[in-house]
Amino acid sequence: MASADPKRVLTGSHYLDGDHACTEGALSAGCDFVGGYPITPSTEVVERFAARVPKVGGTFIQMEDEIASITAVLGAVWGGAKAMTVTSGPGFSLMMENIGLGAMLETPCVVVNVQRGGPSTGLPTMVGQSDIMQARWGSHGDYEIIALAPQSPQEAYYLTIDAFNLSEQYRVPVMVMLDECIGHMTERVVIPEASEIEITPRRMTDAAVGEYLPYKVGADMIPAMAHAGDGHRYHVTGLTHDERGYPVMSAECHDGLVRRLCDKIRDNADEIVRLEEDGVDGCEVAVICYGITSRVTRAAIDGARANGVKVGCIRLLTIWPFCETRIRELAPEVKAFVVPEINYGQLSLEVERCAAGQAKVTLVPHMGGNVHDPADIQRAIEEAAR
Amino acid sequence: MTGTTHLEHPQAHLLRTDRFPHIWCPTCGIGTVLKCFIDAVDKAELDYDRMAIVSGIGCTGRVAGYVKLDSYHTTHGRAIPFATGLKLANRDLKVVVFSGDGDLSAIGGNHLIHAARRNMDITVVCVNNFIYGMTGGQAAPTTPSPANTSTTPHGAYEPPFSLPSLLEACGAVYIARWTSLHVRRLTKSLTEALLKPGFSFVEAVAPCSTLYARRNRLGTGFDLMKFYHDHSCIEHDAETAKLAIDYQKTIKVGRFLDIERPTWHQLNDRQHLDTLGDDYYRAAEAKAAQQEEVDHVEA
Amino acid sequence: MRYWRTPLDIQQIKIPKGEIHLIVDRCKGCEFCVEFCPRGVLRMSEAFNAKGYHYPEVIEQGKCVECDLCEVICPDFAIFCLPAEEGGATQKPEEAPDGVS
Repeated sequence: MASADPKRVLTGSHYLDGDHACTEGALSAGCDFVGGYPITPSTEVVERFAARVPKVGGTFIQMEDEIASITAVLGAVWGGAKAMTVTSGPGFSLMMENIGLGAMLETPCVVVNVQRGGPSTGLPTMVGQSDIMQARWGSHGDYEIIALAPQSPQEAYYLTIDAFNLSEQYRVPVMVMLDECIGHMTERVVIPEASEIEITPRRMTDAAVGEYLPYKVGADMIPAMAHAGDGHRYHVTGLTHDERGYPVMSAECHDGLVRRLCDKIRDNADEIVRLEEDGVDGCEVAVICYGITSRVTRAAIDGARANGVKVGCIRLLTIWPFCETRIRELAPEVKAFVVPEINYGQLSLEVERCAAGQAKVTLVPHMGGNVHDPADIQRAIEEAAR
Repeated sequence: MTGTTHLEHPQAHLLRTDRFPHIWCPTCGIGTVLKCFIDAVDKAELDYDRMAIVSGIGCTGRVAGYVKLDSYHTTHGRAIPFATGLKLANRDLKVVVFSGDGDLSAIGGNHLIHAARRNMDITVVCVNNFIYGMTGGQAAPTTPSPANTSTTPHGAYEPPFSLPSLLEACGAVYIARWTSLHVRRLTKSLTEALLKPGFSFVEAVAPCSTLYARRNRLGTGFDLMKFYHDHSCIEHDAETAKLAIDYQKTIKVGRFLDIERPTWHQLNDRQHLDTLGDDYYRAAEAKAAQQEEVDHVEA
Repeated sequence: MRYWRTPLDIQQIKIPKGEIHLIVDRCKGCEFCVEFCPRGVLRMSEAFNAKGYHYPEVIEQGKCVECDLCEVICPDFAIFCLPAEEGGATQKPEEAPDGVS
């Protein structure tokens, strides 16, 4: 573990919106390359980065489209940078093929999605949380990624740093799923001293020249990386490959590769997943929430408790991998799960799957454009408790 | 002597010979272009450890897998932004994009024109065989009318790109075209392109034996390669607007453009030095580079 | 080589002699080398390699002048030419090349 570079860390107390806080998180984490493309409501992230890096070090380039942005990010990482791109729904969709390439090449990078109302052009300036499933399943094929969901600008700062650290640890693209409310709300953001910020270093190979195998792994299933220009002269490809990095089109090789790409996350899910729980032990109804909805849910929970309902709250800081273990554990103990989200049912499907019929799952949908009325969530909690 | 030699091929030092024989068809032009490229790398005296080669998807896209440099086989059409990322992360890398006409000018078209506009310091080698070979012979933006391809089974009718014209309009600083049989001239152009700062583009017209030649009854790849060579006309500095290649007609080849323009890195440095002065984190290096340029011009 | 008259600088001219090397299993029988050899040194053999392609064989070893055209033109990196031991670039200047009076 190293600590952050003081030149890049804006230590102090600031009023920042979520987008700007995300930029500061990236800079604190050591991000020195952003390939971006403007899209509301995420543009401020790259605007701030473009303004800051010529002074603190790094490169910003506005690419010609989102596909170029994510691909440039991948190239930059292989060239030695710590890289991030930023977008919203429509751009996220465009990036999917190359997010898949990032997962296949095992490229550590961060993709920020400041979610807005969808589908298609939808509500460019208004909130949504409807890219949740897409973050997990957006690209074709079997692979796993990690996705985090902050609920405040302060958390946007910290979770962006965590995203970089997780991406380096697991060699996987990590999404930071803000939403337009968090992205555009201005709150106090306290940025600590650089020495207090832990940075996970990139796992680089120590193999001698001529002996490096790009995808050779040990028990933890995570290979060591080499950058272009390090002298190893390796080859990597998006085709199914073996540990040499060479394409091998065989069912056997494919089986091994796909399992490893997925298992390196699945088998470590319990370490990766972070939840914030309140009053869950012994509760009758457990509310599962994330992002801006978790703040709205506070009012609903307080109201329900005042009416005598034993309701607990599980706030997901990690959306993917999903907290399966916790839900499976709780399902036999609770009457119901209530899942408020600004979409027509995405995370609730995961909750249902893991509850496996042992508890009722009530979705409280809200299509987007603004946040829930807490009364709707409270009503759902109280009905679920009956 | 009909035995096989135990010696290594003279270009083995830059080839992943453990993966040979390569996948290209007999009489395909790509192998020859690759050979010219390897010769050019040596003639340009480039440091193998400071090079990176990126390719897209397609027959030519397989080149990255056979070259013993840091090589990246990326997604269809996206070799150029990947190469841009590499170059921006490490400006000391010599970055080459090696891909086909479809990968670069159809799906990759947007990236091609913007990299040229920016004068990104990369070298793009485009093997133009007028078709999408890997996927079974579909039409490409370079397919001339009325060629038969699997998606133009009644004959192609769209006008093809003049790639040199496209690239000149966008701002490339070096543009050349040869056929795959012009081995020595192609090698020379590739050498010049590799050494040229900024966006350099070399188009190598090559035969596709199994698909283009066969579907259009143009003989073997050998016959077609000879045809391209024998029907080419060397015209250095030709007007790029008139360089689209018509079906089985004269092909103008040569070095069409070799100009100077500041590269993306130079422009980036210059602008930030202007506005931020010593607050620019690269102020010292940028000033030194500018001084070197001035000295070089005066020398 | 036969000359209609002896060139004045015959003592300085050294005609190279080449030795052709074949990596048989890479050959795909395209015949570029056979077609392009200016000295007609190669022909396709009857034999097959591991992939089932015919590959070239040398008709007359002494005729190769190491022009390297076969090496340069082969798309499969299957043939290359090296200077031959006798009668090549290592020849002593006083010795006249083959076939000259």
